[in-house]
Amino acid sequence: MSATTTPNEMYNYKVVRQFAIMTIVWGIIGMAVGLYAAGELAWPALNFDNPYITFSLIRPVHTNLVIFGFGGCGLFATSYYVVQRTCHTRLFSDKLAAFTFWGWQLVLVGAMFSLPLGYTSSKEYAEMEWPLDLVILVVWVAYAVVFFGTIGRRRIRHIYVANWFYGGFILAIAILHIFNNLEIPYSWFHSYGVYAGVQDAMVQWWYGHNAVGFLLTAGFLGMMYYFIPKQANRPVYSYRLSVVHFWALIFTYIWAGPHHLMYTALPDWTQSLGMVFSLILLAPSWGGMINGIMTLSGAWYKLRTDPILKFLIVAVSFYGMSTFEGPMMAIKTVNGLTHYTDWVIGHVHSGALGWVAMITIGSMYYLIPRLFGREIHSLKLVEVHFWIATVGIVLYVASMWIAGLMEGLMWRAVNSDGTLTYSFIESVAAVHPFYIVRFLGGAFFLSGMLLMAYNLMRTIVGVQPVEAPVPAVA
Amino acid sequence: MSDFTSGFWNWFIDVPVILGILALFIFNIRMARRRPGAKKEGESTGHVWDGDLSELNNPLPGWWLKMFYLTLVIGVIYLILYPGLGNFPGVLHWTEIKQYNAEVKAAEAQYAPLYARYLKEPIPVLAKDPKALLTGGRLFQTHCIACHGMDAGGNPGFPNLRDHDWLHGGTPADIEQSIAHGRDGRMPAWGKILGKQRVREVAEYVVSLSGRKVDPEQAAAGHKIFATYCAACHGADAKGNQQIGAPNLTDRIWLYGGSLPTVIQTITYGRHGHMPAWLPRLGAARVHLLAAYIYSLSHPAGGAPAAP
Repeated sequence: MSATTTPNEMYNYKVVRQFAIMTIVWGIIGMAVGLYAAGELAWPALNFDNPYITFSLIRPVHTNLVIFGFGGCGLFATSYYVVQRTCHTRLFSDKLAAFTFWGWQLVLVGAMFSLPLGYTSSKEYAEMEWPLDLVILVVWVAYAVVFFGTIGRRRIRHIYVANWFYGGFILAIAILHIFNNLEIPYSWFHSYGVYAGVQDAMVQWWYGHNAVGFLLTAGFLGMMYYFIPKQANRPVYSYRLSVVHFWALIFTYIWAGPHHLMYTALPDWTQSLGMVFSLILLAPSWGGMINGIMTLSGAWYKLRTDPILKFLIVAVSFYGMSTFEGPMMAIKTVNGLTHYTDWVIGHVHSGALGWVAMITIGSMYYLIPRLFGREIHSLKLVEVHFWIATVGIVLYVASMWIAGLMEGLMWRAVNSDGTLTYSFIESVAAVHPFYIVRFLGGAFFLSGMLLMAYNLMRTIVGVQPVEAPVPAVA
Repeated sequence: MSDFTSGFWNWFIDVPVILGILALFIFNIRMARRRPGAKKEGESTGHVWDGDLSELNNPLPGWWLKMFYLTLVIGVIYLILYPGLGNFPGVLHWTEIKQYNAEVKAAEAQYAPLYARYLKEPIPVLAKDPKALLTGGRLFQTHCIACHGMDAGGNPGFPNLRDHDWLHGGTPADIEQSIAHGRDGRMPAWGKILGKQRVREVAEYVVSLSGRKVDPEQAAAGHKIFATYCAACHGADAKGNQQIGAPNLTDRIWLYGGSLPTVIQTITYGRHGHMPAWLPRLGAARVHLLAAYIYSLSHPAGGAPAAP
């Protein structure tokens, strides 16, 4: 079709390999820190009176490393792989791609050390201070150039659906990152945000919810649209559904932030719009779930024997469940019960562990052996990992549901004389057993990750990396 | 009151919201229909990527489409009833603050008679009334335990309310005054004025007052310093002054701790204790009940003080 075809052109697998391996590494570090933070909530003495490992300082380490380390590297790895394979061309620029890898690792190492030292802009999921914000910006622009440059030199006219989602995620995160982090530096490690009061809160949650919507949802839908059809060896269920839910999802998500600020100083009209669009978001979200699950129609039997497909399909199921739960929690009256409780933590982790981590783990089990040209060391261990991870998620999410519901009900219980039935500390004592169960759930999940690291290490150690040729243009 | 600085912002909100919802409707209706000439439903679109990736042209699932329309309709109805479209207040004229005020009003209507009755009773009487004490205790659990502890036994810097030692007086009226209007307890920092050595001496003297063994020479020197600098507030006999909240230093009850290093720290750097005023937040009747509850802790029979 195009005259630019160079014979013997190879895919750039090097940067994919680098990001894929760091996905596992940052996943283990980020989740280990999360597990320790969960331990501190159950047994506060675990901070050993050391200020650098108190909950308040290691919690952002956990969130930043799992979102941008584990999730971010997973998205870099898979988007670079998918965009090459579905455009039938090598990455636009090897040097820029290598720059995004090393730049991104610099950001993550910077976060790992600066956050426990207390250098924070105090914006949730964007705590890194302004020098790191600038590095992120430069890396992200390079990422966009590499990604869209590769799309630009594709040898297939139609752009595959996974690339729409990756592209949407890259553009939206750039806008979100820039506007949320507008700040005035006054020293190398400190800055003041330009927003104040309720505007600050609104911008924070506009960013915060769309970090979920675009990074943790749209990006991973891109992953889903490549790895499920590949692993199941089935066509995508519905092209038309993918068109509708893509445009509806990216239009609707951007409005949903105010549901984090129900019954606050945020103006009534803003809260209402946040709630209405959160509710409307249900169908676009489920469009992705339907397309993922129905892709298996005619191949359901494969679920019995293929643990990688189990990861991918359970991920989509958790995606459906979380995106039902989310709109429901955004309804004002429901929000009155769930806001500020551990239910929110349970909701986030049913999405983060159930959807994001499971789809990433499944994709990595597909991807890494192919990058090294060898069968996975043990499919049996993948199966074990699947069950450990699933039990871990169920323990985590169920314990937080119960804890959150208890908190919500205890906080609003009123005696016949109008006084509160429970003091706050009684609700803390009541949820303590569930904090221990949550810790166990996290321990299960992290053990699964370690098992995965072992299995993949046995797969790739001593193996020559694969060089894959770009197929000749038909 | 408008949330906007000019009418422009009203339309800045309205236009994308209305057009957006409308566009979602139209988009769905169009995409639900098969385009003439397009592939038949269930067939592949004919595009192939990466060897074997392809897509079927299946229709939008009917139940899913209905759910989408339903949420859009609910959204439209909600935005007609409730504030959402910029300046448009919604047909119901609902606001968050109206809901809050209505709920507070309803609660007050329900509970006001009960509290009005309690307000008329003197504190020593309420301190013997189990029902009043139950309510007072619940208020204490909600508002006071973060500082004073669940058993009212106090914490460093926050006084024990169960004993008969009072910083600002322990009569029913004193206690009610403390809760209603708050208290501010300030001890100045003497470190720079006295210097290390003399702080040490006066600390030895203060510790000796509650009958503990100290260095007699230093305590004697401290006694003189105490008379010059400390007696104005704590009294020449160091028994304190409830008028200004100066604690009694001769008993074994310590607000910030009575070890020699802690006393040295207190004298060197001073202390600032603060009890907030609860009258504006709780109203007179609940303050009255809380005072009765606190009073009852040191007067279990409602009359004579409990044994220390």
